[in-house]
Amino acid sequence: MIMKERISSAGIHAVLLAYSALALFPLALIVINSLKSKRAIFGSPLTIPDAESFSAKGYASVLTNSDFPLYFSNSMIVTGVSLALILLLGAMAAHALSEYRFPGDTFIGIYLILGIMVPIRLGTVALLELIVDMGLANTLTALILVYTAQGLPIAIFIFTEFLRSVSREIKDSARIDGLSEYRIFFEVVVPLVRPVIATVAVFSMIPIWNDLWFPLILSPGEETRTVTLGVQQFIGQYTVNWGAVLAALSVAILPVLVMYMIFSKQLIRGITAGAVKG
Amino acid sequence: MSTSAKAPDPEVSLRRRTPIRWYILVFLAPATLIYTVFAIYPIAESLRLSLFQVESGERTYVGFANYARMMSEPYWAEQFWNAFKNNVLLFLLHMLIQNPIALALAAMLSVPTLKGAATYRTIFFLPTLLSVVVVGFIWQLILSPLWGVTPAFMNFIGAGSFFKPWLGLETSALVTVTLISIWQYVGIPMMLFYAALLNVPEETIEAARIDGLSGWSIFWKIKLPLILPTLGLVGILTYIGNFTASFDLIYSIQGGLAGPDGSTDVMGTFLFRTFFGFQAQLGDVYMGATVASMLFFIILVGVGTYLFGVQRRLQRFTS
Repeated sequence: MIMKERISSAGIHAVLLAYSALALFPLALIVINSLKSKRAIFGSPLTIPDAESFSAKGYASVLTNSDFPLYFSNSMIVTGVSLALILLLGAMAAHALSEYRFPGDTFIGIYLILGIMVPIRLGTVALLELIVDMGLANTLTALILVYTAQGLPIAIFIFTEFLRSVSREIKDSARIDGLSEYRIFFEVVVPLVRPVIATVAVFSMIPIWNDLWFPLILSPGEETRTVTLGVQQFIGQYTVNWGAVLAALSVAILPVLVMYMIFSKQLIRGITAGAVKG
Repeated sequence: MSTSAKAPDPEVSLRRRTPIRWYILVFLAPATLIYTVFAIYPIAESLRLSLFQVESGERTYVGFANYARMMSEPYWAEQFWNAFKNNVLLFLLHMLIQNPIALALAAMLSVPTLKGAATYRTIFFLPTLLSVVVVGFIWQLILSPLWGVTPAFMNFIGAGSFFKPWLGLETSALVTVTLISIWQYVGIPMMLFYAALLNVPEETIEAARIDGLSGWSIFWKIKLPLILPTLGLVGILTYIGNFTASFDLIYSIQGGLAGPDGSTDVMGTFLFRTFFGFQAQLGDVYMGATVASMLFFIILVGVGTYLFGVQRRLQRFTS
C-alpha cells in the first residue's frame, strides 16, 4: 500500500515537473537570448550567455530607440488609478447593496453585475464616439474610465458576496456607538473586506495591464501608449533586429515576474479563497 | 449565497420611515454612474447604431438591413461565417484540451500529501499574468523556422522531419494559435478547479475510502460530481473569452487580417477590420456595430443556456 502510494506520488511529481518545464522554458529562452550577441542567438540559442557571447546591445537599442520608460509610467498610472477606483467605488456599492434595503435594490444589484457576462468591448463602436465627443481621445483618462467601468461588476459581485457572509453585529454595535454611516463604511467595513481585496485586485489588474484592444482603439498616440501597445508597435518596427525584439520582450516580462515573485502567495491565496465562495 | 441579509429585520421597517437615506445614494452613485456611462450606454448605443446606415451623407434608420446584408452579401457572409466557425472551433478546442488539462493539474495539486504544491501552482499560473502580446511574440519566435529552436529540438528527439512552419500554414495556424492560448490561460480554470476540489469535505472522501474506493474512483464518483458547478462556470467563462478576448492573441500573432488567408479570423478581428477598415477597405461604423451586436446575441445565447439550462440543472443535481 505504502509502496504503491510512493510510486504514484513519484508519477505525479514527474507530470508536474514536466508541465513546469513547459510553462517556464519559453520565458527562460527569451530572457537568456536577450543577453546574447546576434550570432549567438542563432548559433547556440540554448546555452547560457558567457563572456564571449554576452551582449546587451538589444537593451541599448530598446532604451534609446523607444519610450519604454514613458510606456511604463502610462501603464502604471492607468492600472493604478483604475484599480484604486474599482476597489473604492466597488466596495462602496457592495456595502450599500449588502447592508441596506431600499426600493429597487435587487434591480440595481443585478444591473451592476450584468457586465460580468456582457463584455464592454461589444460597445466599442459607440464608446469611441463617446470618448471623442467628450474630448478624451488619446488620453489616459479615457482608459481609466473604461477600465473602471469594466472592472466594477466583478468587484461588486465579489465584495457583495463576501459582505453578505459577514456578521451584522459589528456594524450594528458601531451604530449603537453613534458612528455615522460613512464612518461605519471607512472604519468598520473597509478593514473587514481586506481579505478579499487581493482577489478583486488580481481579477481586475491582469486584464487592465495586458489589454491591447482599448489602448489600440482609444489611445494609440505615442504619448499615451501603454507597455502592451508599445511592445506591440516596437516589435512591428524591428522585426529584423532580433536582439532588440528579445530585449523588448524581456523588458515587458521582468517587472511582472518580479511583482509576481513578491506577491504570488497573497495572489494565489486570494484567488482560491475568492473562488471558494462562488 | 447567504440569505441572512434578506431576512426580515425589525430595524428595516423602522429605517424605512426615515425620508431619504442620502448615504445610500452616495455609496451607490459613483459606481453606477461610471458603469452606466462607459459600459451599459455604449453597448446599448452600439445595438441601436446597428439599425442605421449612411444614406446620401446622412445617418438614416434602415431597420435590419445591415443584418440582412451581413447574411446575404457574399463579401460579408463569407467573412462572418468563417470567423464564426473559427470561433466555435476555438471554443471546442479549449473545452477539449485546456479544461481537461486544467482539471488534471488541479486534481494532482490537490493530493493532500503532495509536497511543493504551492511552487507548482505559482509556476503554472505565471504565463497567465503575461501580456498576450508578449506571449504571442515569444511563441512566434520559438516556432519560427528562421530562429530554428523548434526544428533543432525536434531533431534532437528524432522527429525533425515533422517540423513545419505551423503558424504560417492555413491548415495548422488556428490549432497552433489555440495551443498557444491554452499554454497561457490554463492557469485560470486550474485555479478554479483547485479551489473547488479543496472545498470537497474531508469526511466525504474519508467515508468513500472506508467503503474501499480507490483514489481514482473517489475522483470520478465523489469529487467530480461535487465540482460540477465549477465545470459549468469554467465552460461559460471559456465561451465568453473565446468570442471576445481571442482578438488580442490573434491580432498580435497574425495581424488584423488574421492570416494566412483568414484562416485564424475570429469575431474580434472581423469586428476590428469592419469598424476601422484595413488596406483598401474603409471602416464602416454601422457594419461594425452590426458585427458587435451579432457578437452580443451570440454571447447572450451562451449565457442564457448557462443560466437557465446548465446551472439550474446542476443546482438540482447537487442539492
